[in-house]
Amino acid sequence: MIVELAHFALALALVLSLMLATVPMAGAAKGRVAWMALARPMAISLCGLVTIALLGLVHAYALSDFSVLNVQQNSHTLKPWIYKITGVWGNHEGSILLWAWMLTSWMFFLAARDLALPAGLRARVLSLMGLVVAGFLSYILVASNPFLRLSPAPREGLDLNPVLQDPLLAIHPPVLYAGYVGFSVAFCFALAALIEKKVDPEWAEQLRPWVMAAWVFMTLGIMLGATWAYYELGWGGFWFWDPVENASLMPWLAGTALLHSVAALQKRGALKIWTVLLCILTFTLSLLGTFLVRSGILTSVHSFASDPTRGIFILVLLGLTAGGAFLMYGLRAPQIRIGASFRPVSREGAILLNNVFLFTFCATVFMGTLYPIFLSALELGSISVGAPYFTATLTPLLIPFAILMGLGPMLAWRETLPGTLSRRVLVPGALTALLALAVALMPLPGRPFTVVMFLAAGWILFATLADFYRKTHRLTALRSLPPAYYGMVVAHAGFAVLLIGVTAATSWNAEKISWMTVGERLSFTGREVSFLGVRPDIGRNYTLERAIFRVTEGADDPGYYLQPEKRWYPTQERELSETALHLDGFDITYAVLGDQDKENPQRRVVRLYHHPLIALVLAGALMIAAGGLMSLAKPRREKSA
Amino acid sequence: MKFILLAFLFLSSPAFAVQPDEMLADPGLEARARGLSRQLRCLVCQGEDIDESNAGLAGDIRKLVRERIAVGDTDGEVLDFVQQRYGDYVLMRPPLRTATLLLWGAPLLVLGAGVAIGVIYLRRLRREES
Amino acid sequence: MKAGAYMPLILLAIIVALFAVPLVQGRDPAIIPSAMIGKPLPDFVLPPALPGGAPLESAKLRQADRPYLVNFFASWCLTCRAEQAVLAAYARESGVLVYGIDYKDTRKDVSRWLDAYGNPFAAVGFDDTGRVAIDWGVYGVPETFVVDSRGIIRYKHVGPLREEDITRLVRPVLEKLK
Repeated sequence: MIVELAHFALALALVLSLMLATVPMAGAAKGRVAWMALARPMAISLCGLVTIALLGLVHAYALSDFSVLNVQQNSHTLKPWIYKITGVWGNHEGSILLWAWMLTSWMFFLAARDLALPAGLRARVLSLMGLVVAGFLSYILVASNPFLRLSPAPREGLDLNPVLQDPLLAIHPPVLYAGYVGFSVAFCFALAALIEKKVDPEWAEQLRPWVMAAWVFMTLGIMLGATWAYYELGWGGFWFWDPVENASLMPWLAGTALLHSVAALQKRGALKIWTVLLCILTFTLSLLGTFLVRSGILTSVHSFASDPTRGIFILVLLGLTAGGAFLMYGLRAPQIRIGASFRPVSREGAILLNNVFLFTFCATVFMGTLYPIFLSALELGSISVGAPYFTATLTPLLIPFAILMGLGPMLAWRETLPGTLSRRVLVPGALTALLALAVALMPLPGRPFTVVMFLAAGWILFATLADFYRKTHRLTALRSLPPAYYGMVVAHAGFAVLLIGVTAATSWNAEKISWMTVGERLSFTGREVSFLGVRPDIGRNYTLERAIFRVTEGADDPGYYLQPEKRWYPTQERELSETALHLDGFDITYAVLGDQDKENPQRRVVRLYHHPLIALVLAGALMIAAGGLMSLAKPRREKSA
Repeated sequence: MKFILLAFLFLSSPAFAVQPDEMLADPGLEARARGLSRQLRCLVCQGEDIDESNAGLAGDIRKLVRERIAVGDTDGEVLDFVQQRYGDYVLMRPPLRTATLLLWGAPLLVLGAGVAIGVIYLRRLRREES
Repeated sequence: MKAGAYMPLILLAIIVALFAVPLVQGRDPAIIPSAMIGKPLPDFVLPPALPGGAPLESAKLRQADRPYLVNFFASWCLTCRAEQAVLAAYARESGVLVYGIDYKDTRKDVSRWLDAYGNPFAAVGFDDTGRVAIDWGVYGVPETFVVDSRGIIRYKHVGPLREEDITRLVRPVLEKLK
């Protein structure tokens, strides 16, 4: 009954979204205040309806209602209740419903908050979002309905892949989708601006927090996925250039470019067309990501099971949405007055160059991910593109990018005289040179790659901190600097930290794979690892074997224990190996229990890994997200830093 | 003073492919084998390389790689051996051919185009000013 | 600038069109085209899978005067079961020779399996290590190759052969080879 109610709510939502797409938009065109005012209540009600729909599905999962096909295919009575709930979005239909709900949630905040948005702009943006929602709702109702019933209802379900039964992975989709979908706000803002032919600092000021919020979610979402991959996959990888991972990286890169562009537009009225284009591009890449995961066009460990008709529907949705936007861009962009002027050597110039770099990164990831599809579509061959392509093409470009990141904040808006710039570069430049000398003398493995990367990170840190000192050492300046400045300092420093972590972890990692019998010891990275034993146990919906290892460094060290497991999930007949991690400073040591010797169950394959400074990767990502969050705080008085 | 935090226990998936018995005795040769394995795609899982995949075929090809190294093949010869049987798809690093020129050229092409567009834009700004 | 503003739209159209191709064709992205097409069949010698059977050797196969099929299968492969009947029916009706290569199996299992599901093979080779399969570029079972009278591999089918696959895909290849 509840499921039918939810289904009905969804159908009503579609009707309402179509009304929202048309009425306020027409009102804005004709200046009818009453029609425009309908946008807010419509958007709020729309969110309510889709929430009812989503809650209905959650309810079915919570009660293990196997008369609902979607629940039967993806859930099981023995599953822990938390994974019953989060399993709602562990499958295609549920996750697309989550997508739609995210859209309406962003609309809710846009509508409900008492913003100083001009009525016409608000009406147009909400109408456009309504149109996007309508597209998704019709897709759900026609081709991807989670509310289909199964009769007679089976007694048990097929269960969720045990790999997905994990806390971090449970929240990864909602956080990531919040980001993906959040960029739809920027998309609709851009279209509204093109319709009104009004792209100016006021528009940018309204837009900026929405871009920042979506970007923070996206950063966290990607970070969650990478963290999960690190401890899940058991040998220290956290990024595989898998097509679906790339599908989230592309909008993030475009979103980062957009972030910087919007700031320039707000502060100085510069880079108008670039900002509008980036708004459209970022959400288009979000839609592309959705398409890639669900269309069946790629094999990926991430992709949902799918059939081509679904893929065609999403492609049409993508084509119409992005196509409509780019068409509008083609029609209106030439009519927008060019933005404020600036010299090449200036903050705006740096942001422009920054965007060129970010777009290049994005285009490279795009090519690497999609080239195999394009090639085989044209029957020109069958290739695959893996990590070696991406690291070979992107790593060299990181160096000029890092240099630019350090220089950017030192540059003044509009124009920076060479004398000023060289004065500001002096101290951080000298510090970096000193660092280079120190690093050249130290016996660091992994040269020259590690050296270059550490110098790049060092430069970013020195330059950012020098600029921070310059702007804040007179304490009166502290109050008048906008929060966005502090956010930038933290985010850029975070990027440098991330760079250090990635470099150290990938260049200095150690690994040992060998047989061990209970009672045996071996040495690994200067520590002694003793295999104390292995015993069976029972978990919630699995049985397991748990091994215990003791790791000590020297005779007096009490050391620590590592307890990797091998789990067996009977419902899916799957075995899962579980890593045991130990954090030591920023380093991580971990152990994985492998196969057992057929003759001797006390003899096992043991894999040990050591990743120096890998926690810096997580710390850096968190700093980047934190920087973004800080930038969301309301400034007391807008002042350019 | 060490900051001993927590020993985490987390869920994990079935990977971890290379078995100790597969490994070559000579650490230098074994390192080459591991490096080459990371360059070859597992055709069964398709998202992983043969070093991380625990599919049967991945294990067979890992063994094959070690056999070829032991016989004296260079890195290029080992990769060619596998590529002749399974096609370009098995290579993680797409080979440079006429068909892949656009792929390998893309980063610099896009960067160049971006810079060119930027320069044109800056010139236009200059013109509008005057 | 006027025309330039439509560049993004044009790029999008090209990209969408390129995506549409595999979707409309319903291509399975997991199937990888064979690198062995047009190449001579690899050298190999395999012991017989069945007691009293003849070994399967590339040298012998090259002596063939007409095209034939080489089918990689295994007793543990579920989809191979249905394929046996299809292969047997086709071999009977067209007179085409079909050779089998048993992949990573045990002699006991394959013997029982062939008794149960039929044996249309002129000879069955025993590839217990899977090494010969690698030389053919095989990455799963079942896979079926069409080899011409000069020993050149002409076609590979990945997955079980159904009747429509024989009609739509295999027959035309053999027709062309005549």
